Amino acid sequence: MTIKPLLDANAELTSGGAPGEPIVMSSRIRLARNLDGRSFPGWAKKTQRREILSACEKAVAQLPQMQNGTVLRLDDLSELERQVLVERHLISRELSQAEDASGVIISRDQSCSIMINEEDHLRIQVLRTGRGFEDIWSIIDAIDNKLEALLDFAFSEDLGYLTACPTNLGTGMRASVMLHLPGLVMTSDMEKVIRAVNQMGMVVRGLFGEGSDATGSLFQISNQQTLGESEQEIIKRLEREAIGSIIEQEKNARARLLETKPDKVHDKIGRAYGILQNGHLLSSAEAMNHLSLLRLGIDCGFIDEQWRVVVDRLLIELQPGHIQLAAHEPIESDMRDTARARLLREEIGRIPPLSFEP
Amino acid sequence: MGESLVCDICGKLATVHLTQIINNQIQKVDLCEECAQQKGVTDPEGFSLADFMAKNIQSTVGPEAVQGPALVCPSCGCTPRDFKRNGRLGCPDCYEAFETLITPMLKSMHRGDHHTGKIPHEMLHRVGLRKAINRLKDQLANAVEQEKYEDAARFRDELDQLKSQSEPPAR
Repeated sequence: MTIKPLLDANAELTSGGAPGEPIVMSSRIRLARNLDGRSFPGWAKKTQRREILSACEKAVAQLPQMQNGTVLRLDDLSELERQVLVERHLISRELSQAEDASGVIISRDQSCSIMINEEDHLRIQVLRTGRGFEDIWSIIDAIDNKLEALLDFAFSEDLGYLTACPTNLGTGMRASVMLHLPGLVMTSDMEKVIRAVNQMGMVVRGLFGEGSDATGSLFQISNQQTLGESEQEIIKRLEREAIGSIIEQEKNARARLLETKPDKVHDKIGRAYGILQNGHLLSSAEAMNHLSLLRLGIDCGFIDEQWRVVVDRLLIELQPGHIQLAAHEPIESDMRDTARARLLREEIGRIPPLSFEP
Repeated sequence: MGESLVCDICGKLATVHLTQIINNQIQKVDLCEECAQQKGVTDPEGFSLADFMAKNIQSTVGPEAVQGPALVCPSCGCTPRDFKRNGRLGCPDCYEAFETLITPMLKSMHRGDHHTGKIPHEMLHRVGLRKAINRLKDQLANAVEQEKYEDAARFRDELDQLKSQSEPPAR
């Protein structure tokens, strides 16, 4: 099992990073970079893809930030291992389905991953729990600078970094934040928020990006446009105009719900707690929705803050790939639901009874 | 999930929202009533988003730009047809080869059509230097061949100077 050491190690998202915070689950920046004079991965021939892979691997191996990191080639990974990496946000869905000669290098703390031969030759990603684009930018900028000293990137003074798809042209940067918005989902205001965000040239997606739904009230907000604004401007606009205002609206929605329908909110959180402690069959969607409510309970002070790290870890470990990997074999969907319910009974069973007293 | 409020063509309020699968990808189009009618979108049976996108690219640059046999990326052999089908370009040089096609798209896609972000100065310097060295090497070889030894000496001096610049700085 190639990725086993990765899963056993402390990871940014599952325990190693800073403790999570209300509403903002994690922040991420990714940069798309391509080698000059080489066909993009989707157009390159097999031999070219292999050359690109080894050239990029060699360069990445010299990065101080990636020392003791894990180098993986997609060819060597099973279907299940690929799925687990997607669930941990270490590789994209696109890379998980890549043809041969694709790879990823994951930093020791799993906060940085560099994908090779995804849509672009290089996709550099830095991910952190909670808020903090400034820190992430300075980390990823330093990695990019070091790579730039080793590789000739395709760059035009007029169009910036040249990418396989013109939608990533210019900065090649996508900054995104994962928000937990149960308040806005309960007050049915999400549609309105999504529309407003779209008008700012930003995108709202479900947990796993394009096409995924809003299970667990988790939403990804990111910039759509990459050309015509500097990296700092994009980050600032995303922070101030979109994220800041959504967080404000989520807080208001929660305050309104707790004021007008406290029983309803308490009931939802209490039931979620009961089901997770006593359920015997839980699909990943149902489990996620209940855990999402427990996270809301922590934000509201009904559950002690120390349990946040457990809830956030379980939100990843309850997913189908992780459940199967823990079982050491591929298992059918209903058997997974049994295994998932058992895991949650054990883990959530340790959380003491909730206190709804003000 | 979220639909754009504005028409993809004219920017007015969009009321028609279409999603189709093209080449295993979900593609969305948002149109106002007027543009939807003009583009024949109102007949859902006969409408293909792929055609729409193709036509839309053509209408902005003229059909000859798309269909003209001349438009092939000299570096990778990618054509506008490949770009349309895959939604991706073949190589970095495609941007120059298909400039007439891509420039109008960028305006509607981004906030500007000019890069104002990070510039990889060190890399540009390195690449520029390497190109200059290669050019001088050619000139030097030519001068030697034509027995213009004064020129050759000058080129060699310039070359030595550039080469000393391109030595990696001590770290």
